[in-house]
Amino acid sequence: MQRLKLFLPLLIFVLLAALLFGRLGENPEYLPSALIDRTIPDFELPELHDSAKMLTPKDLRGEPGLLNVWASWCFACRVEHPFLTKIASEYGVPLYGLNYKNDIVEAQKWLREFGDPYRFHIVDRSGRLGIDLGVAGAPETFVFDRKGRIRLRHIGIVDDKVWSGTLQPLLQRLRAEQ
Amino acid sequence: MIPEYAHFSLVLALCLSVLLAALPLIGAIRGDQQLMMTARSLATGQFIFALVSFVGLAWSFAVDDFSVITVAQNSNSLLPMRFKLSAVWGNHEGSILLWILIHAGWTLAVAVFSRQLPIDILARVLSIMGMIGVGFILFSLLTSNPFERLFPNVPGDGNDLNPLLQDIGLIIHPPLLYIGYVGFSVAFAFAIAALSTGQLDSAWARWTRPWTNVAWSFLTVGIALGSWWAYYELGWGGWWFWDPVENASFMPWLAGTALIHSLAVTEKRGVFKGWTVLLAITTFSLCLLGTFLVRSGVLTSVHAFASDPERGFFILMFLCAVIGGSLTLYALRVPTVKSYVRFSYLSREFLLLLNNVVLVVAMLTVLLGTLFPLLMDALGQGRYSVGPPYFNTLFVPLMALLFALMGLGPRARWKSTSQQQLFRPLASAAIVCIVLGVMSPLVFPGEYHFAVALGVLLSAWIIVTAFMHTHSAIYSKSESTLKWRRLRASHLGMLLGHLGMAITALGVVLTSYYSSEQDIRMQPGDAVSSGPYTITYLDDGEERVDNYLAQYVRFELSENGKTLNILRPEKRRYPTQQNIMTEAAIDAGLTRDVYVALGEKLTADAWAVRVHHKAYVRLLWLGALLMGLGGIVAVMDKRYRRARSARAARTERSAALVQSAG
Repeated sequence: MQRLKLFLPLLIFVLLAALLFGRLGENPEYLPSALIDRTIPDFELPELHDSAKMLTPKDLRGEPGLLNVWASWCFACRVEHPFLTKIASEYGVPLYGLNYKNDIVEAQKWLREFGDPYRFHIVDRSGRLGIDLGVAGAPETFVFDRKGRIRLRHIGIVDDKVWSGTLQPLLQRLRAEQ
Repeated sequence: MIPEYAHFSLVLALCLSVLLAALPLIGAIRGDQQLMMTARSLATGQFIFALVSFVGLAWSFAVDDFSVITVAQNSNSLLPMRFKLSAVWGNHEGSILLWILIHAGWTLAVAVFSRQLPIDILARVLSIMGMIGVGFILFSLLTSNPFERLFPNVPGDGNDLNPLLQDIGLIIHPPLLYIGYVGFSVAFAFAIAALSTGQLDSAWARWTRPWTNVAWSFLTVGIALGSWWAYYELGWGGWWFWDPVENASFMPWLAGTALIHSLAVTEKRGVFKGWTVLLAITTFSLCLLGTFLVRSGVLTSVHAFASDPERGFFILMFLCAVIGGSLTLYALRVPTVKSYVRFSYLSREFLLLLNNVVLVVAMLTVLLGTLFPLLMDALGQGRYSVGPPYFNTLFVPLMALLFALMGLGPRARWKSTSQQQLFRPLASAAIVCIVLGVMSPLVFPGEYHFAVALGVLLSAWIIVTAFMHTHSAIYSKSESTLKWRRLRASHLGMLLGHLGMAITALGVVLTSYYSSEQDIRMQPGDAVSSGPYTITYLDDGEERVDNYLAQYVRFELSENGKTLNILRPEKRRYPTQQNIMTEAAIDAGLTRDVYVALGEKLTADAWAVRVHHKAYVRLLWLGALLMGLGGIVAVMDKRYRRARSARAARTERSAALVQSAG
């Protein structure tokens, strides 16, 4: 009996190891964010093409959509741009931009060159909203629901695999939610 | 050819570590002296070949051999030489090789500095070290070969080192941390050797203690350096993020701290043997777990720079073999006989036991917080992220309890202490500390913070009691003088360690409550006040340095019109990786740091500027340095260098007899 108790540490380790085995190979790009299931942090920031227009979290409510963190200095953003354009036009996904730590003129030039599939762009020059969102770098994409709550944070580029494997099913589920 | 030689050398190191894992152990089991004697030379050989291999990789970095994939991906011809060399461990493959080298170094150190050990114990210890070496070298060769070549399309230039890592802090942080991590493998090997022979006694604890202390000291300083690096390099002014990678190094530290204390009890009183063994296994297991978490990509964090499920699988298998095996051995072999040494509730044993409980609970708290997101995800409960609120809520009360105990522990006697002996001298100390604590927030501007009062109270409590205890240890009643000769290295080490802890705690509390930050737009001529200081925008400019382009602004830091310093924060653009880095400028001082970081350039002559006033933040790292120093000083104690123990001498004598007979 005395001896059996001594197996307890081993038992705990076995459970832990089983948990870790289960997690291996899972895509680590879906970083849990402290903000999951919380509303997008408060902000009041100008729109990229119309600096007189101030945007707030209310502008993101009503329909589930994607908030894509991008910047003209970000090379990977250029890589994912064609795909974002495709899903915005083919599936009508509400796509919003968070222009992160970017020069406005540069950003506008970038959009003129590569096209602008976004509904609007929040201009976060200081990176303040980025800090509140816990953005580690560009690109990142947040999925939010109709109430403006963040439901997923994706780090890195959005490609076909990410879209059909994760984002699309999640958006479908969120659309069905009341 | 150099990378091939280095690669081959690593293979030779593997062969020697396989022999090291097998021969001395077989010798110890069969009682074959000659086989046991191979341990020392095999350990030496393993180290030499690991060193050759490491130097080979460093050479490839130094001469920009971009045909080696690791070099091509992590270096650049424009990189300054010091960063080319630190780039060796600024990547996954190279850092594993560094790990192997340090492990071989520890193995060699055990072989060299353990002359007083009985040869059969030494053989077992070195064999176990060899087994761990086999695991890591195999990991390197099979999944993360640093010498892989990129033929025939050799790139013209390298991809550059991640700019975050191009920094003095990152040159020395990983080696120190690894020395700490790997050093716990010695305590582990001693524990397993003792379990396998059944000789869990105070001699075993005495042999283990110096190794554990040194490893712990390196880990302490390594963690502090990491925190310091994050503070000035990430540009957020934070010094601890409860990030999975930080937690991975913090958990072994907590378990290791418990181990140091538990070893003291086992050495002095011969109790808690099973518990000490378990802690030694746990501490090293947490070091391995940390490696797994960081390297497998199971958890992502700001620090992670390489992750690969295949590597994760290998480490996990290795983890299962090492931890599963040792815990099974523990369950089967640890003596269940109750020891007959008794101690009362007011004794040093009991207080140290409480210390261990608190530290282990703290460790489990961090472990749970780190793995909770994985657990919830595995149970299909969605993705969670456990943030600082969880850790702070649980951690602060635990530490408060620990600090209260730290004042009592050193004063209590072994076996039992009467209440009078323990509490009477401390009563006045307690009153002084309470008054100090309650008054302290009044000294600082702003509202009254109870947390500050509590923090100051507890830190003062540790400091005051530590000095009282030292005083009574060296005070001679008969002569009414202080006998400095009585101050032993082990006592001084404890004193430094506890003082360091108190100073770190003080730094944490004060910087959390009395720091301020502001984000403002500034242009030439603008001034902003931060605390008693004025920061004035002088001018800005651009400069091309080595492998980056810097935009900088110069600020004048002044107090009452007197210039103190010129601060020059930078925004650096690294063209190779298209990365932009913020380089904060810090005017450091014991009581405060003024920390200026550039945000974005708003117009041609205006910048978004972030100004932090960090009160007492230096205490945090100063305290950690003291703790590290304490661990090293304690090792200087005479008793670890005392002439070989009777048992060792006997064994060696019989060995000599056997040899002369043979």
